Amino acid sequence: MSEIKNVLTEPLFNKNPIALQILGICSALAVTTSLQVTLVMCLAVIAVTSFSNVGVSLIRNHIPNNIRIIVQMIIIASLVIVVDQVLKAFAYEISKQLSVFVGLIITNCIVMGRAEAFAMKNGPVLSFFDGVGNGLGYSVVLIVVATIRELFGAGKLLGVEILPLVTDGGWYQSNGLLLLPPSAFFIIGLFIWALRSWKKDQVEEPDFKILPNTEHSGGH
Amino acid sequence: MSANNDSIQKTLIVAVLLCLVCSVIVAGAAVSLKPLQQANKTEDMKKNILAAAGLLDSSKSVTEQFEQVTTRIVNLEEGRFATEAEVNDIKKLMGLNDISKFDQRKASQMPELSDKLAGSEDPASIKRRSKYAAVYLVQEGDQLEKLILPIHGYGLWSTLYGFIALKGDLETIAGLGFYEHGETPGLGGEVDNPLWKAKWVGKELHNEQGKLAIEVIKGEAPRDSEHKVDGLSGATLTSRGVNNLVRYWVGEQAFGTLLNQMKSQGA
Repeated sequence: MSEIKNVLTEPLFNKNPIALQILGICSALAVTTSLQVTLVMCLAVIAVTSFSNVGVSLIRNHIPNNIRIIVQMIIIASLVIVVDQVLKAFAYEISKQLSVFVGLIITNCIVMGRAEAFAMKNGPVLSFFDGVGNGLGYSVVLIVVATIRELFGAGKLLGVEILPLVTDGGWYQSNGLLLLPPSAFFIIGLFIWALRSWKKDQVEEPDFKILPNTEHSGGH
Repeated sequence: MSANNDSIQKTLIVAVLLCLVCSVIVAGAAVSLKPLQQANKTEDMKKNILAAAGLLDSSKSVTEQFEQVTTRIVNLEEGRFATEAEVNDIKKLMGLNDISKFDQRKASQMPELSDKLAGSEDPASIKRRSKYAAVYLVQEGDQLEKLILPIHGYGLWSTLYGFIALKGDLETIAGLGFYEHGETPGLGGEVDNPLWKAKWVGKELHNEQGKLAIEVIKGEAPRDSEHKVDGLSGATLTSRGVNNLVRYWVGEQAFGTLLNQMKSQGA
């Protein structure tokens, strides 16, 4: 049980796929302009990561090594299509707003990263919770970003007005930059900075160290 | 991971079986969810028709609001409303029990109901055109308030499908909107931008000489222009596509004849 708890909670902050492994950034930029759309996207990603992990894990002992990536892709792609169909049937408006980004879950590195790194080596139950955990880790960052962007960019949360805009006769001058994709970069960057200030062990060793200038360096 | 997993035989078996299982799952989901998706689409279509005409009121149900709209079938070749016999033919050919479910896109794929367009006849790059189209009338008493026409044509990457709404004089644009396209988000995708769509409202189709004058131009249109609409910046080809398709559908080759006839009858 503690193992399940571990794979569920570790990806939230300690091994967050976006903040620590810097995976899945592209969709984090694209779908975070409104909280409602973000929440649906998060559910879709959680569903795909968890079930693709189960699928890969179930047949992990039979996957020929030289086509394993293709096998993982087929499982992921099928699940993404199913999720897309379900959204079109039950949440048509939101699926229209998400448009191509549901399909692009296929290319979300988190999904394949977990299939390759975890599900290929662990049983289905543990893999399922690992998928849920990583999906949740992705969701945490997306929800933070979307909350900031929608609140300060449009003065709303989940479509409900919180800060009345100047254009509607209120007092809040909205920040248009927050509705554009680059703002998500800044917010994710700040999020990672905050997280690494809190959990110092996540700070990476720099790849290159700048040596001090010394008189003994000699030669040209 | 035993070594025989990598034999050619095992590789093929795993690949084939996996593909079979996955295709059954995908096909199962697609087929079983189709009715629900279809219903969503119909409702969305009605919503788009209402939105193009500026009649959409989110506090009421779409079905309820759509009651004020009458669907009529138009014979595009002859520029008149279809006769009852023609409507019955369409119903039979397309297997419809209710003509308001007429699907122009499906009809344009059916040889009996569509014509192939040659290069010069096809400025909007639609390739085949249905012989009939459904138009939507909003009437108040006997007076025509708004006429909503379906339009479509090629942009940069995709065919744009939408509606254009005309006021009762059949000359002033009351609204324009696309409900389906695959243009680049942020560039050509800005055809969905409410600010840009609002620029169409109040423009007139023809100039004083009666020539078709509505036009999307590159850059910003003069402020008091009655016929010119701003192009979308960074989306020259999408703007050109929208220009072509709007001019095509309201022009002589498509709904133009019908519009003239309705005008002369003082509709």
